[in-house]
Amino acid sequence: MALSGACRDLTILSVTEAGPEGGAHGCYYIELANPGLGSAVAGQFVMVRPACFGQDPVWPRPFSICRLTPEALTLFVQTCGRGTDVLCRLVPGDTVTVWGPLGQGFGLEPDTPTLMLAGGVGLAPFVEYAATHPAPANLALVFGHRQPLSCYPFAEMANVIGRAEAFQENTPEDLPRFIELLETKVAEYAGGLIVACGPRPFLMTVARLARRFGARAQVSLENRMACGVGGCLGCVEKNALGQYVQTCTQGPVFWVEELQLSEEA
Amino acid sequence: MSVDTSVRLPGMPVKNPVMTASGTFGYGLEFSPYGDLRSLGGIVVKGLSLAPRLGNPMPRIAETPCGMLNAIGLQNCGVEKFLRDKLPRLPWRETPIIANLYACDADEFAELAGVLSAEEGVAALEVNISCPNVKAGGIAFGQDPCMAGKLAEAVKKRAGDKPVWVKLSPNVTDIVSIARAAVLGGADALTCINTLTGMSVDIRSRKPRLANVIGGLSGPAIKPVALRAVWQVCQAVSAPVIGVGGIASAEDVLEFILVGAHAVQIGTANFMRPDMAFRIAERLPQLMAELGIEDLASYRGSLRVG
Repeated sequence: MALSGACRDLTILSVTEAGPEGGAHGCYYIELANPGLGSAVAGQFVMVRPACFGQDPVWPRPFSICRLTPEALTLFVQTCGRGTDVLCRLVPGDTVTVWGPLGQGFGLEPDTPTLMLAGGVGLAPFVEYAATHPAPANLALVFGHRQPLSCYPFAEMANVIGRAEAFQENTPEDLPRFIELLETKVAEYAGGLIVACGPRPFLMTVARLARRFGARAQVSLENRMACGVGGCLGCVEKNALGQYVQTCTQGPVFWVEELQLSEEA
Repeated sequence: MSVDTSVRLPGMPVKNPVMTASGTFGYGLEFSPYGDLRSLGGIVVKGLSLAPRLGNPMPRIAETPCGMLNAIGLQNCGVEKFLRDKLPRLPWRETPIIANLYACDADEFAELAGVLSAEEGVAALEVNISCPNVKAGGIAFGQDPCMAGKLAEAVKKRAGDKPVWVKLSPNVTDIVSIARAAVLGGADALTCINTLTGMSVDIRSRKPRLANVIGGLSGPAIKPVALRAVWQVCQAVSAPVIGVGGIASAEDVLEFILVGAHAVQIGTANFMRPDMAFRIAERLPQLMAELGIEDLASYRGSLRVG
């Protein structure tokens, strides 16, 4: 049985801050008891509403599924505002309402050399991707990040996939070097499959490079959304034909050639 | 104690007063995984225009304290596609489906009403004279009593036997004068209220949070405004009023009925959780029993003032 089709009250098992001791890096693993629910496609997301939200914040919050097992649903969350601040202060035993898995996940081609490109908290869906991939040796990861590497689930992924590379962006001067690295990698995987998740400028770079090298690439968007189920039309994105598509139901994963990926949206 | 949640609206008996508000429940189908659409008192679908509309640029939504702003701009698939692809999949025999109409002038409104009035699956027409997010028409229609009356009349003439509801804007000095004009024009019922205009800005980027700059405020933050508007309109006109604005619980539903509403619409609360309207419809009879309310007609408008 899949998780979809209902709102479910899940119990928090643990909230664990990630990263070096003493630092406030804002990266957390939130583990929720999974009451016997089924599988998800990596790249799908869930909507999360802690009971303590009450009437404010009004919106639930969308998160990629970082890991879904019969025992637990794990989210990897970086605090970035009111909703995530509240969520990361929850304690074991607290209740959150969850609905999902929602949307379209990443394509998974067992025999195709696949490059995962992740920026920051955008690493989250690739934990599930690597864990559910039948031939993880075919997977490579390039991971750009700002916080210390131990804030992210990088090491455990590096252990199970073919190749993994991390690049820390400390100063603005690092950005062109990171883009050069992306260029080399996208060129190398032009005949394979590229899957990407991260901040919008990062995804725009991936899309630009994929077009240049003729690579097949998918990006996962993080557009702001209210409902997550196709009701609000707040999360739309312009497709190649100039029409709006819904990130929640038709995405969040899209082939780059499906989208315009402009600055404003 | 068994309670009666049914309500008589013009041309349309409904099993309970809990409906969904236009623009917050898609075409209904999006929410069917989260509850039984047939358990709702009615479903008002996303605003329809004659031709498909692209809507406004992004960003279109912003969260605000106990509410949200939106400037979607009436993005919709057009009436033809709705009638062909969406309506047949809705349980219109069991639950009234109310079409929400948007057009740029009276002629277009009339044409749209004509198209929809021929549809067996459409129970009523809700005329949107109050959208704050479109350049042509929209809210301007709802701010002028003459125009509101004229549009109600234009739609009513082409509506056949379908009841016509007019959705009023709170962004007016005197909502009662608009309400009266709409009823004189032929409105069978009034929906109160649409969103309040508002805005939100970012002091760091110095940008507005909506590409449209101004949007419509909704959610629990506006409930007192909606309640006041419904109360005033119910005092002034005899046509049934459907209350909408910030309703997020069965208690909220009874508040609106207490001040005179026949039915209500759940709007932004559908975004809080997609099963919200279903939960409220399920909870309402329990709450009525707890409070000793046998039927809604006897409770309606029973507010004790002074």
